[in-house]
Amino acid sequence: MRNKLLAAITLLALLLVGTSTVWASTLTLGLKGEPTSLDPHFHNVSANNMQALYVFDKLIRQDNRQKLEPGLAESWTPVSDTVWEFKLRKGVTFHDGSPFTAKDVKFTLERIPQVPNSPSSFTGFVTAIKEIEIVDDHTIRFHTENPAPLLPRNLAAFPIVSKKNAEGRKTEDFNSGVACIGTGPYKLVKWDRGDKITYARNDNYWGDKSPWETIIIKPITNDGTRVAALMAGDVDLINFVPPADVKHLSKEENLHLSKSPSTRLIYLHLDSDRDDTPTVMGNNGEKIRNPLKDSRVRKAISKAINRQAIAARIMDGLAVPASQMVPDGYEGTSTNLKPEPYDPKGAKALLAEAGYPEGFRITLHGPNDRYVNDADIAQAVAQMLTKIGIKTEVNTMPKSVYFGKASALEFSLMLVGWATDTGEQSNCLASLLHTYDKEKGFGASNRGRYSNPVLDQKLEEALVTVDPDKHNQLIIEATEIGINDTGIVPIHYQVNVWGMKKGLEYNGRTDGYTLSREISIAQ
Amino acid sequence: MLAFLIRRITQSAVVLLVMSVLVFVGVFYIGNPVDILIAPDATPAEYARAVKALGLDKPLWEQYFIFLKGALHGNFGNSFVYNEPALKIILTRLPATLELAFTAMLMAVFVGIPLGMVAGIQHDNWIGRNIMRFSILGFSLPTFWVGLMLIIIFSVHFDLLPSGGRGDTVDLFGIPVSFLSWDGIKHLILPAMNLALFKTSLAIRLSRAGVQENLQMDYVKFAKAKGLSNTRIIGLHVMKNIMIPVVTVLGMELGNLIAFAVVTETIFAWPGMGKLVIDSIGVLDRPIIVAYLLITVTMFIIINLIVDILYSILDPRVRLGDQR
Repeated sequence: MRNKLLAAITLLALLLVGTSTVWASTLTLGLKGEPTSLDPHFHNVSANNMQALYVFDKLIRQDNRQKLEPGLAESWTPVSDTVWEFKLRKGVTFHDGSPFTAKDVKFTLERIPQVPNSPSSFTGFVTAIKEIEIVDDHTIRFHTENPAPLLPRNLAAFPIVSKKNAEGRKTEDFNSGVACIGTGPYKLVKWDRGDKITYARNDNYWGDKSPWETIIIKPITNDGTRVAALMAGDVDLINFVPPADVKHLSKEENLHLSKSPSTRLIYLHLDSDRDDTPTVMGNNGEKIRNPLKDSRVRKAISKAINRQAIAARIMDGLAVPASQMVPDGYEGTSTNLKPEPYDPKGAKALLAEAGYPEGFRITLHGPNDRYVNDADIAQAVAQMLTKIGIKTEVNTMPKSVYFGKASALEFSLMLVGWATDTGEQSNCLASLLHTYDKEKGFGASNRGRYSNPVLDQKLEEALVTVDPDKHNQLIIEATEIGINDTGIVPIHYQVNVWGMKKGLEYNGRTDGYTLSREISIAQ
Repeated sequence: MLAFLIRRITQSAVVLLVMSVLVFVGVFYIGNPVDILIAPDATPAEYARAVKALGLDKPLWEQYFIFLKGALHGNFGNSFVYNEPALKIILTRLPATLELAFTAMLMAVFVGIPLGMVAGIQHDNWIGRNIMRFSILGFSLPTFWVGLMLIIIFSVHFDLLPSGGRGDTVDLFGIPVSFLSWDGIKHLILPAMNLALFKTSLAIRLSRAGVQENLQMDYVKFAKAKGLSNTRIIGLHVMKNIMIPVVTVLGMELGNLIAFAVVTETIFAWPGMGKLVIDSIGVLDRPIIVAYLLITVTMFIIINLIVDILYSILDPRVRLGDQR
């Protein structure tokens, strides 16, 4: 009898301990980057855009797979080809208690092009809007010059600030906290630059309430230190766990990891425009006409790459072989496109058909501090190309040197990455594959100067087609044209890994953000 | 003394001017910051707008003169990424670095010099030999590796000290410092130890050599003959004599500690200047890089000056002034 009682009590005690893993009311996150500013419209870069979502809300949110969902706007509909109407959420207040209305939206949109000294502004997201019409406090209409099917996507790119608090304020006032007043789930308490950002819960938040009263964000740039901080228990959750640490962290008893594919595509860009390209030579070092202009040569390069091997061995399984610019399942992705299978024989045959049976010499340029294992990927690709007869040298350099040279068209073959923050394919089509066109604003990152008039025409038509099905169909066709013609050589999508204490739950996001509202306590 | 100071200041101004030209031209040729700062999907028009906003559309010489004009008024321009005055951003990071550097220096002095003296006196037994072994380790192990080891041992394994960051700070005359709160001190120990290791070894070597050299000197023999106690001979007379090279070298090294605590700050996520400048180099934030290097040079100049003055106090035979 006594034994039974004892057992029962022990069991009860165990159950209690098991279920009541009480979380301190503070959550500490160790994140790789630090925002350069808390002004949400100053610098369009992912560390800033993510951080802004703690304090501010967007009109339209992106879910963790980057599908659009209502934010401060409850619904949005095209009234005509050139007018979008947005219904705003009622009963939302800013942190200072003032109500959120259409005035704030108008103010935000007008503020964006006027933020001084912005090194990368959000202006591109609002240029389509010609006139902003406030219908009533909670209805607003955007008039555009041309049909603008991407307007909702663009308005999902930046958060809304309060007219009352931000009018006449400078970027510095956001950093100090005076103007950093939003409608978001957390209020800014203090930013100790380089050390931590402290947030307190907004108890009047319109959305789901967060379980933590305080969130502290520590920027820890060094990968090793971030992992150590998690293992030492100094932080509760970290982002961008380096692939090399995934194995031993997953064996730790009191930790667990979550993985999520990302929209970060690693690809090769090839100079397919000029007759005379900087780093291509014949086998004897003589000058030859640029072979990359021939789509068969480009296809051969694509066939020569063993994507499975790169994903498995160089990326430790933390990569998904890529077939196009955005992973499957996103808006505007083609279901016909599959990752190019590894086919060295076929590659050699294509090279011979194009008139290069003996191949040629080329240099592959890449950054060595920008993407996960970037220099190693470049080495592997070079070996694979050398195998089919394209004798490839590798030259990698720090990103601060690399991108300037790449934009100045000093390379013939280069390894680059691209993250589609907008979550749909037209964004990268326009920047990477559309013919470079300074006036119309296309091809800004088209460093291979790939050009295909059919693709250009389909994309431009899509960009003025408001009907979502027709719009998507055109984007898919344009994508298939560009990829089948090997305008770029997609290699893989990076997989992001988060590490956290047992008892926390975070599924990860394809944009790589770590958002408080999606971190939960495990049931 | 006054003439010496005036000459020093003029020389320093020339050095600073030459430095500023070198740094400015150097940073200009590394690459274009806009390529790194701007969102990759920005249109060419936005690119052009960013170039203009950052003042990069002007020729190099014009950019330099704008910079120089501002610098003479104490304005080093606005940081590209923070959009706040470069000087202000660096100065907000300065206290953290100074605190770390001085703590490390104190550790080096109060651990290194006594150990070195012991090693000098007990040079032929196991104590002295072990101290020397330690100093060899301190010299040869890379800072980076030692830092990670400290974290693994003290934070991850034994969970005694935090792995990084600065901890709670208390305002002292308006400047946040961590050595006044227990949490702050806990955060300070590991990075300071990491940073102090090399300097401690240096102090051990210098003071050991000094003690050994001085023990052979006539004045020591004379003092012994006079019947002075060993403690007094070593603690006062020998000590005074070995301090001259130690102060010179450590003084110079203090500059190094402040300017190049980069590795330690990065490993321990310590929010100081070193980490700032590394981040700034990564994105080619020119105003910060230039201002940082000029501040560093100024600091070295001031430290050298103080070392010279201290030197003349320790050894009155040394006169400041015309030493041609």
